[in-house]
Amino acid sequence: MIMTDERAKILAVIAVLAAVALIVPHTTSFLLLLATRVLVFSILVMSLDLLLGFTGLASLGQAAYLGVGAYLTAILATRYHFGLGYDFWLVVLFGMLAGAALAAVFGLLAIRASGVYFLMITLALGQCVWGLAYRWNSLTGGDNGINVALRPSFFGISLANRITFFYLVFFFFSASLLLMYVFVRSPFGRSLVGIREREQRMKILGYNTWLHKYIAFVIAGAFGGLAGVLWVYTAGIVSPDNVVLTTSVDALLMAVLGGAGTLIGGAIGAGVVIFIREYLSTLVHWWQYVLGGVYVLVILYLPGGLMSIPERIRQWQTAPSKSPVTEALAPVRN
Amino acid sequence: MKSNIAARLSALLIGIGLAFTAGLAPAAAQEELRIGFIAPTTGPFAQVGADMLNGFNMYLEKANSDFGGAKVKLIVEDSQAKPDLAVTKARKLILEDHVQLFVGGVLASEGYALAPVSTELKTVYVSSIAAADDLTQRQLSNYPLFIRTGWTSSQPNHPYGQWACDQGYKKIAAVAADYAFGYEQVGGFQKAFEDCGGKIVQKIWPPLGTKDFGPFIPTIKSDADAVFSLMVGPMALQFPKQIRDSGYTKPILGGGTSYDEAALPFMGDEAIGDFSALQYSAALQTPENEAFVKAFRAKYGKVPSYFSESNYTTAMMIEDVMKETHGKWPGADEFIAKMAALKVNAVRGPVSFDDMRNPVQNIYIKKVEKTKLFGYDKPELWNIVIKTYPNVSQFWTYGKDTFLKQPVYSRDFPPCKNCE
Repeated sequence: MIMTDERAKILAVIAVLAAVALIVPHTTSFLLLLATRVLVFSILVMSLDLLLGFTGLASLGQAAYLGVGAYLTAILATRYHFGLGYDFWLVVLFGMLAGAALAAVFGLLAIRASGVYFLMITLALGQCVWGLAYRWNSLTGGDNGINVALRPSFFGISLANRITFFYLVFFFFSASLLLMYVFVRSPFGRSLVGIREREQRMKILGYNTWLHKYIAFVIAGAFGGLAGVLWVYTAGIVSPDNVVLTTSVDALLMAVLGGAGTLIGGAIGAGVVIFIREYLSTLVHWWQYVLGGVYVLVILYLPGGLMSIPERIRQWQTAPSKSPVTEALAPVRN
Repeated sequence: MKSNIAARLSALLIGIGLAFTAGLAPAAAQEELRIGFIAPTTGPFAQVGADMLNGFNMYLEKANSDFGGAKVKLIVEDSQAKPDLAVTKARKLILEDHVQLFVGGVLASEGYALAPVSTELKTVYVSSIAAADDLTQRQLSNYPLFIRTGWTSSQPNHPYGQWACDQGYKKIAAVAADYAFGYEQVGGFQKAFEDCGGKIVQKIWPPLGTKDFGPFIPTIKSDADAVFSLMVGPMALQFPKQIRDSGYTKPILGGGTSYDEAALPFMGDEAIGDFSALQYSAALQTPENEAFVKAFRAKYGKVPSYFSESNYTTAMMIEDVMKETHGKWPGADEFIAKMAALKVNAVRGPVSFDDMRNPVQNIYIKKVEKTKLFGYDKPELWNIVIKTYPNVSQFWTYGKDTFLKQPVYSRDFPPCKNCE
């Protein structure tokens, strides 16, 4: 039963992704651009979900990894013209390594703590990266950031074409989703969930919980770096704005909005927020109320995030008499 | 019943038909000029964004949205003063709304982000506010479809430095917001001031958005004859109050945005006697400005700031080009060429362009005074013009080639050789 349920979910995700890949390029070029931005940012949100949803670590510094990936890409491209041809794939690798390396350093400091202390340490470390981006003028261009006018081209295809670029991003998004999914379904991933639920018990069972959390932290950093590499070519610019606390908070809110511990929920959260903020804002001026309303309603009535809607409907159908509040409180952990 | 529906239906059809002919007829007869406008309408810079938009809209209404026969369609997008979002919105304006040109951007970082979009998507970008020096200096060749109707950050500060030197100030301490706009303002001031024999003895960089200057004010050197301050947004309100409260009595020479009319009406008497320099003052005693201030104030309830004037003038310049072409869009390259050749009598005074597409304009040295002006019955704070430097270019008296040989002003350039 559980297997078929899981399989149905996977099929649903594949169907939705296929629909996105087929439909989006036929919409307007602005929607195509926004969809590309959503997919890139989703990689960052999903990487955060590895920590938040599966390991139980709420990080407020995830934008730092996007930052190193993005600044590395931008600096290589503008100073050394590196990464604009086949070497783009090397830059992807470097970006992931840079994200992982930074996470490996930060992890040493942050993993020792948990709960709100972990939150504060990651916040502080993230702001250190922002400070560097803002102040190290000669390298990062300070407040003005770095413009990257060109997009790579290889195998005779140019990513300057918006549809080609969308498909590249789509490929990276799908690959990241798949890899992260395999990761969380692996025995290693299961033990992370065990740590999230009861770290003490996992310790008694003989797990090195520190190492588990550390490895998850580093892997999340690597995917954050990947998001950074793609972000530069999507936006054409990287500035301290991309590294600042609000970007980390955005990622955290998107993960919670979509549903922590679901991976794909992060993409849905990113989609909802970015479309309200960047698409709805072109149509109406009261978009901020919509965004605020969505946050409030989801947190009040859907603590499991938007991904829990089908489950809620099922519950509501089978047991309509139960109060939604007690239902809502039931899945809250710890 | 049936006839009722039929009657309604036919009425509806006639209505649609009428709307169609009414809608189509003038559109077919008239060219349309689509202008994108990028300004922060939400977030901490929303007030500035409103000032900008009000200025542009006021001119549009004056011209009845008709520029030389072309019907103007203005499409406003919110950048939230974030460079990344400004780029997204610019792309939306170009790809979705097919604008022929876009105007706007507040922060230097937005200007630097938007200019490459104009090159990439071959669309005119008119920067009415974003003042980053290098856009019309060392980097201009990358942006063939870029033109500026506002100013470069250092432009008013070259004559200002000269003026300060002429007043007999010898040593000045600088307190400026810690980002590119601050560096370029201080840089321009320092360059001219020190070339004339003055000394910048100290540079203090409070972060952008500082509201408590407690840690910075006591470090101002006591042997400095005056303070040069460059404040932005809410900082501008706090600094004069806090430094005067601390007992500091020496003159304050503010950079352009430290005392501009976006902030001045909200200041108290502590600002009286402070100086600033910019290409516009709402207290400018010309008939054009008096009419502008009165009309603007009647409409929007506040004195226009340079944010409003600059966008009003930008709209006027766009109209001038469109009048030349009798309402036909001349193509992006041609539009830039025509605009750069304009010589206009703007509200701020005569404006023309140098060969790097930056305005050559008057720079006003201003002093805050509490007085009655333009027939308003209450004494208010005004930026009274005390000296005018006519036709100031972004290169001041240095000459383009010499000027461009030096690096762009930064935190470390010009070096603070008289600091300890």
